[in-house]
Amino acid sequence: MSEQNSAEQNSAEQNSAGQQTQADGRLNLPNVGEWKRVSPKYLVVEIVGTIIFTLVVAAITCVMWLVWDQLWAAWVGGAIVLICLVTVVLEPRRVRSIGYQLRADDLLFRRGIMFQRFVSVPYGRMQLVDITRGPVARWLGLADLKFVTAAASTGVSIPGLPESEADGLRDRLVELAESRRAGL
Amino acid sequence: MSQEPAPGQSDVPPDGTPPAGAMTRLPESSLADGEWHRLHPATPLLRGGIFVFAILGFVIANLRERLLEFFFNVPRYGGDPIDRIYESGTVGWVLLAIAAVLVLILVAFYFGWRMHTFRVNKEAVEVRSGLLFRSNRKARLDRIQGVNIVRSLIPRLIGAAKLEVSVAGQDANVQLAYLKSSLADDLRRDILRLASGARRPDDSATVRGQAGSQIGTGQAGAAQVGADQTIADQTIADGSVAPDAVGAGEPNATGGRVAAAASGIGGFATDRVHDFLAPELDPDAAPPESVVTIPPARLIGSIVFSGFTVFVVLAVIGLVIAFSTGATGWILFAIFPGVIASIGYYISRFTKSLRYSIAGTTDGVRVGFGLLSTSNETLPPGRIHAIQVSQPLIWRPFGWWQIRINKAGHSTNQGAAGQASTTTLPVGTRADVGKVLELILPEYGGQAQQSLIERGMISPGGDDGFTNAPRRAIWLRPFTWRRTGYTVSDGVAVLRRGVISRDLILVPLARLQSVGIEQGPIQRMLRLASARLHTVTGPVSASLSVVDVDEASRLLERVSAGAVESANLDTSHRWNGYAAAVPTASDEPVPDERPTP
Repeated sequence: MSEQNSAEQNSAEQNSAGQQTQADGRLNLPNVGEWKRVSPKYLVVEIVGTIIFTLVVAAITCVMWLVWDQLWAAWVGGAIVLICLVTVVLEPRRVRSIGYQLRADDLLFRRGIMFQRFVSVPYGRMQLVDITRGPVARWLGLADLKFVTAAASTGVSIPGLPESEADGLRDRLVELAESRRAGL
Repeated sequence: MSQEPAPGQSDVPPDGTPPAGAMTRLPESSLADGEWHRLHPATPLLRGGIFVFAILGFVIANLRERLLEFFFNVPRYGGDPIDRIYESGTVGWVLLAIAAVLVLILVAFYFGWRMHTFRVNKEAVEVRSGLLFRSNRKARLDRIQGVNIVRSLIPRLIGAAKLEVSVAGQDANVQLAYLKSSLADDLRRDILRLASGARRPDDSATVRGQAGSQIGTGQAGAAQVGADQTIADQTIADGSVAPDAVGAGEPNATGGRVAAAASGIGGFATDRVHDFLAPELDPDAAPPESVVTIPPARLIGSIVFSGFTVFVVLAVIGLVIAFSTGATGWILFAIFPGVIASIGYYISRFTKSLRYSIAGTTDGVRVGFGLLSTSNETLPPGRIHAIQVSQPLIWRPFGWWQIRINKAGHSTNQGAAGQASTTTLPVGTRADVGKVLELILPEYGGQAQQSLIERGMISPGGDDGFTNAPRRAIWLRPFTWRRTGYTVSDGVAVLRRGVISRDLILVPLARLQSVGIEQGPIQRMLRLASARLHTVTGPVSASLSVVDVDEASRLLERVSAGAVESANLDTSHRWNGYAAAVPTASDEPVPDERPTP
């Protein structure tokens, strides 16, 4: 481990000479503008979803454990329930980590804390924009916007946008894509 | 084929073009004239091939004892359906029913054939078919991803070929099955010419000449080809459709047409034999410097030294152990089908990859292969989304490489060796790789780029033009970290990785869909990240598993800026349209709706 640490220090020094660097090794994009965040209400959607899932798992576990006398089910079910509870605790940070911004030529998207992901999609590559609303999200007036390109791995989906904002963003994206249309 | 196709079987166009007319073929003989045309008259039989075999199988299964008695004098026991019919005295009815069914089938076939029409105009290839359920399918020419001509064994025997126009999307291809074999090649050339955006024959001639000399990089042969085409086009400059400039002066083609013109079965047979004996690639279709072929010995070598062989060897070792520990004979019965299947696999891979050739034509790369059933696909420029040059460890002593690509349109036909049609070069030397890359990425053929590609293929890593992973990546990639790197140059992102199996990945940024960087907890501890260039689905995955964390954000910026810039400069959806308008910037506007950057 000592080798590794010294190597890290070396490279950290090299980097700090060149440009600003992230001290904790966290992935970040320097020199980008303000990230637009999703609605805080989206937190409710996520938590409700997780709680329903947890209840279903707990119910199945109880049936298997108490009625059919399967002890292993209790362990597996308990572990899943525990993970769900931890997820609920971390949920606010996860929702806050989702962000996007419309730059001059591309859409920039980020999400995740533990597993971070940044994606840049040039507007001209857009094939279609999808807007979906789940039952809880609809009740809260939220919508999910999905940006589809010819590549299946792009996977840019911005959840929890207020409905009017989602519609506005869709129209804006379609307009931008139209003005920068390229072939496939 | 005009509106009333002659039922004749020969390859002469039914409008009675004399053999000499091959030199100056008139526009009417082209299938790409915007009119509706019908397919080859034998189409229903060929497409219903499986159905016919099923009926034959049914009949044989029911009457096998009668057939045995008839042919081998074996006495039979028990009755078969014919006996039962004879005994019940309904022979007449049964015969009538059979006749009625036959007539019905024939009538259905005939109308199905009559209703199955296609047309090719400046905008699209369109197919109408169906008797009760009409279907109409249209492929826009500027969205064509490739045109494939397949000649399977049985259709090939009667001189028919299948032409498939690939467009992006699942099951979105337009198939013209079947066409007359000789017309299919012409139709493909016309479709590609229309798709390229070259509107007038002299335009296309200029571009052809340019492309020819480009590929040959100023060599005498290529210049000769280019000049020939220009002259040939000038001789009939008033024709509104570009003539078959490539085949015009060619003795072989003329010979074939003369043979076909001799009407009757003799001429037909000669023509078919000629078709089977002809070389895979028409020698005049592409400048010879650009053609890459695979010698049979190397082909056998590549098949023998494949992953499947490793599996077979392991299986044999397992068997030897099983026998030595006293297994009985029943195990032989268990493995016998496996042995047969393995031999069949080797033979079919071999025959399918024989006569493999890759060549640069004016309208893209032509990949052809096959001995009995042949297939050749033309990929227009700018249809390749990612390229992977790879070398498995087992091939390293021989210096062999393989090239695979990602493309948006997928032909339903398999590629050489039963592999996916995305394997562009099944096996080749380093020189072959250079040639093929020059064909599929023509704008990336400079001296600097070639040496970059070479370093990407064989360099062990270090400071060689690639931005490599830092030393601390050794914790995640103990062997490959030195070679894991990327660079962006001239509108192409070049990724390098792998030591045991060496990979070099080229992604033309004009085709890139998006780019992403990711980081997990362990990578964060090591100040690393991973990057991925998103392209259309295919065998090539353009990803780097370890990148320095600061370099990752630079990569994202560099690649996404490059993608926007390259896409703005890209005109390959009408690949000749832009270039053609330059030499004759007179009357026609540029047929290209390029957005302003």
